Amino acid sequence: MGVAVMSQTQEKAPGIRQTMSDLHIWTGVLAGWLLYAMFLTGTVSYFRDEISQWLRPELPAQLQLPDLAEVGERLTATMAERAPNSPQWTITLPTERSNVAGAFWREPGGGRRGGFKSATFDPRTGEELQARETLGGDFFYRFHFQFHYMSVRWGRWLAGLCAMFMMVAIVSGVITHKKIFTDFFTFRPRKGQRSWLDAHVAVSVLALPFHFMITYSGLVLFMSMYMPWGEQAAFKDRQHRQAMTEQTSAFLQPGEASGEPAELASIAGMVREAQQRWGNNNVSQIIISHPGDAASTVEVVRGNVARTSMGPQFLLFNGTTGEIVKSRDSVGPAAETRGVLYGLHLGRFAEVWLRWLYFLASLGGSAMVATGLVLWTVKRRSRLKDASQASFGLKLVEQVNVGAVAGLSVAMAAFMWANRLLPLGLTQRSDWEIHVFFVAWAACLLHGFLRPTQRAWVEQLWLGAGLMILLPVLNAFTTSRPLFHSLMEGDWIFAGVELTTVALGVTHAVLAIRTARYQPQVRQPRKNKAASVAARPAVAEPVAAMQDVAGAS
Amino acid sequence: MRAQWLERVPATWWMWAGLFSRITAALVGGYVVAALSAVATLALPIDKVQAVLTGSQLSFLVYTAAVIWVFAVRNAWRAWAGLVIVSLALLPAAAWVWQS
Repeated sequence: MGVAVMSQTQEKAPGIRQTMSDLHIWTGVLAGWLLYAMFLTGTVSYFRDEISQWLRPELPAQLQLPDLAEVGERLTATMAERAPNSPQWTITLPTERSNVAGAFWREPGGGRRGGFKSATFDPRTGEELQARETLGGDFFYRFHFQFHYMSVRWGRWLAGLCAMFMMVAIVSGVITHKKIFTDFFTFRPRKGQRSWLDAHVAVSVLALPFHFMITYSGLVLFMSMYMPWGEQAAFKDRQHRQAMTEQTSAFLQPGEASGEPAELASIAGMVREAQQRWGNNNVSQIIISHPGDAASTVEVVRGNVARTSMGPQFLLFNGTTGEIVKSRDSVGPAAETRGVLYGLHLGRFAEVWLRWLYFLASLGGSAMVATGLVLWTVKRRSRLKDASQASFGLKLVEQVNVGAVAGLSVAMAAFMWANRLLPLGLTQRSDWEIHVFFVAWAACLLHGFLRPTQRAWVEQLWLGAGLMILLPVLNAFTTSRPLFHSLMEGDWIFAGVELTTVALGVTHAVLAIRTARYQPQVRQPRKNKAASVAARPAVAEPVAAMQDVAGAS
Repeated sequence: MRAQWLERVPATWWMWAGLFSRITAALVGGYVVAALSAVATLALPIDKVQAVLTGSQLSFLVYTAAVIWVFAVRNAWRAWAGLVIVSLALLPAAAWVWQS
């Protein structure tokens, strides 16, 4: 176990391929469980808005995006009633994919950093959203980079550490596989450990540029937190730091108020002016500073339609006259590079087919981590002469793998079920949806320890399959929007979430059947087959039957 | 070249000490090299804001390369030596930037 990297005193140092293999294996297995959770919840986040829509069935399907200029005007009126004394409102407009609008605002006297409040609105009425209390798809999205039940700061540091492990695992993995592209076309089914290796290589290499891009860009997204030293060295005061923030964020700090009251000019007019520059439906946010004051400003921020970079672009208007004060159409080269990495990671620019490709590549990344974790155990099992020799570490990884991989599917499906089944009047309802997710996950982890490993895989895969395949049935009984209705209406967001979940459920069922059918093979020694045809340990490779499916995908 | 008492230390201890040393070199040493590279980038004659963003973005690649180096070389001494040499090379630039 990883002896090669420790060979301080041995005469002959191991080759680079061996040390890189050890590095790959150990970074992978140490961060694997968290990385798998980050990858899978991140994968479904490519459909975050669609999932959010499904989780708020009270809101009718948005068959056509409302006029954003009117929505902006409406929400400004709402905010004027709701927080007239706030120094700054930030309004997020709906998109083709999202049927809600949001706003957050500073509390008067809240200072520069703290004192923010937020609310979600119905863009058609401008009223506060009348829907069940849920975090929606945002839960999976936030979890994938900051986890839960811990401070945002700690969560993001932990996610960053995992991402660095992933970077190292990717690079060392590539070095390990000299014949990586030949190996990619190699698949030897039903050969136990070899098959797992082939499957792992196939899913890894297939989308290798994606895996690298997603990991690296994930680190870059939080670089001012992970690597603040350049910024600290360059800028000693707030004003200079502001120049830097303006290159990466459209969010401008409010200036000084004049104290003289003045009416806001037409927000709709400003949004229309911006749409003329950027094309229709391409405004994402409206940031109004010192509303009702003579020194008010209105910042209209460009959306991500038909542009890869998420570099900030905006028009800044004088709030009382409606004249353009400032416009930003581009940022510096390094800032634009960051913007492109940011854009590539989130994939907001992606139209429906590209979005599906993103989803599949990312699913491949999840499979890469999962097959790697299983391969680690299968390899160690196959080296044992009999099952009683299994070390504590091997058994631990085998047992945790069940809950960490299959259990996560159960937990995510349970979240969707909780959204439909928890009473609507429950206090802190959205928190309870999340508690259900973690309770289900914890139960699966425990279950992995209580049952024989192969049985545990089969049972959890079936449970996940059942929850997913029955989701449309649950939905039909608990909402007035059953699947056939959505299909007839052409509501592809609602139908798409259910059909995709069913398809994933069927995949889980296939995996469950194959795992259940798996019979431990007879061990075949390489050199002298006739000499010792020892029976394979009965509990070896409980899930090795998944090999064909994992490889075929 | 080792002192007498060092000879009596069991080989497995050396092995674990070497591994622990490398892990420290990778996690801490690698981060220090990456941070130094991020600061040293500011010495480039380009716009300061762009230099900060360039240095920070590249630092994660530096960190990754440092970790690979630490585990690729023959022993922990070499791993540390490589990190120290790169750090010393970056230090003047970084110190100059930090001062100004």
